[in-house]
Amino acid sequence: MKAIEFRDVTFSYGEGAPAVNHLNFSAEEGEFVAVLGHNGSGKSTLARLADGLLTADGGEIRVFGNPVSEKTLSDIRKDVGIVFQNPDSQAVASLVEDDVAFGAENIGLPREEIGRRIGFALRAVGMEPYRTATISRLSGGQKQRVAIAGVLALKPRIMILDESTSMLDPRGRREIAEVVKRLHREEKITVLFITHFMEEALLADRAVVMNRGEIVMEGAPAEIFGRHEELLTYNLALPRIGVICKRLREGGIAAADTLGIEELAKEIAECVS
Amino acid sequence: MLKDVSFGQYYPVSSFVHRLDPRFKIVFLIAFIVAIFLAKEFLALGIAAALLLLAILFARIPAGKVLRSVRGVLFLVLFTAAINIFFHGGETVYWSYGILQVTKEGILFSAFLVIRLFLLVVCSSLLTYTTTPVSLTDGIESLLTPLKWVHFPVHELALIMSIALRFIPILMDETDRIIGAQKARGANLDSGSPAKRIRAIVPVLIPLLLSAFRRADELGDAMDARCYSGGKKRTKYKKLRFTWRDLIAFLLIAGLVAGIVVLRYFPVFPV
Ligand SMILES: Nc1ncnc2c1ncn2[C@@H]1O[C@H](COP(=O)(O)OP(=O)(O)OP(=O)(O)O)[C@@H](O)[C@H]1O
Ligand SMILES: [Mg+2]
Repeated sequence: MKAIEFRDVTFSYGEGAPAVNHLNFSAEEGEFVAVLGHNGSGKSTLARLADGLLTADGGEIRVFGNPVSEKTLSDIRKDVGIVFQNPDSQAVASLVEDDVAFGAENIGLPREEIGRRIGFALRAVGMEPYRTATISRLSGGQKQRVAIAGVLALKPRIMILDESTSMLDPRGRREIAEVVKRLHREEKITVLFITHFMEEALLADRAVVMNRGEIVMEGAPAEIFGRHEELLTYNLALPRIGVICKRLREGGIAAADTLGIEELAKEIAECVS
Repeated sequence: MLKDVSFGQYYPVSSFVHRLDPRFKIVFLIAFIVAIFLAKEFLALGIAAALLLLAILFARIPAGKVLRSVRGVLFLVLFTAAINIFFHGGETVYWSYGILQVTKEGILFSAFLVIRLFLLVVCSSLLTYTTTPVSLTDGIESLLTPLKWVHFPVHELALIMSIALRFIPILMDETDRIIGAQKARGANLDSGSPAKRIRAIVPVLIPLLLSAFRRADELGDAMDARCYSGGKKRTKYKKLRFTWRDLIAFLLIAGLVAGIVVLRYFPVFPV
């Protein structure tokens, strides 16, 4: 079943070129899709449309088969959770548990159930020891994990991360990547991972590249990274490991485009020995 | 620099007073203020002071902290006291010079005033020392609930308060950062004429406002995305509950406050 489906969707913010232009896109249930694209390519607009924060000018968006509209909005938002970019402007409350409770309170769950969901969500992101901590004292990575927990408390079936790692240090980025991978594996959540760190696309089963509101490339991350020249025309730089592979080939070492560091190391070792 | 301003100055220990229902503490503060203003004699203030001392002991707040809260208003209080000592007038004159006159009545009256003001300040800061901003807003929301009947947006008001409290440390950090950035570009914020300094604040204020608006926008989206749709149908995870602790404290305090009020009308040692 398709978790999310965009059919010929167009959206523009007032005058000017549309931010999303006759876009066709879908993600299967349980899939992990990376969405790449340079600044202003329309990634956030895609995320906002999927959650009904914006309404499409044309075309149709379906979430688990249900069209996104004013009437279905509250159900759609239970199914689709979004984690945003800025760790400091997503939390409503000052304490971790109060903030995680916010979404669950909004949908009118009974107290006991909210308590259970806080426990579940904080366990899932590894923040259980911080249940009564003050959010403003946490690290960036921890704040984003709390934001993920706040979304998880609504038990979404789809989770969209809109550049949620872009304001974090490498360690924070790793924390988030691990949590999301685990949620995808264990909770079977469909993930749309929007990022401009090309390496992070490696987490995904499939990657799409956006440019000017359209999807211009699509495929397995390794395959996409193989198309260096094409990526450059969309203002996307290769991840470092991709550059290394390319240089190796230019230097006469037959390194296939691989993305795992271990695999590359093994290949180099074979070539050298 | 600005980080040192600990807003609300909550003092995190676990104590009898910390665990009291915030609604009760708010009502108590109001009752206490009213009682102090009704008080007409030292005995009443003595009872109030004893009550407060007891509360401080039970709250496990160190004396230094309590005194610090008084320090902020010390100048104001002493100034008021001085004026009253010299201008109050009265029968028993100790010293006089022109229209200035130090009298027994003036001294007593000033002392009375000082004690009264100190009690007020200490009692208010006791509330913020022992109650987190969050439970304070919860308490206010709960106390204002009857206003929902006249369609007063109680839930929204409480949410606004708690969001504001949450964003204070963030905006303080941001102000620090912007000031740092402007200084690095050669802005001079600490010297010059007052007019110059005010003008120097503008390049700090504008980015701060812009970023606050952007944050508000982002927060709004994050709230919508988490199914926020106003106070209707909403449940609360943290319920305020009136417990035996509150009952004991209530009986004790109600008795003493009543005593203070009674003393007003049947004074024992009138000033
Ligand atoms: N609120 C808005 N009002 C007007 N135009 C907007 C607004 N938000 C985005 N745009 C424009 O729409 C286009 C797509 O923006 P969008 O935010 O979807 O891009 P993005 O891929 O998420 O970029 P980034 O990597 O910077 O987050 C851009 O040209 C942008 O300038
Ligand atoms: Mg974006």
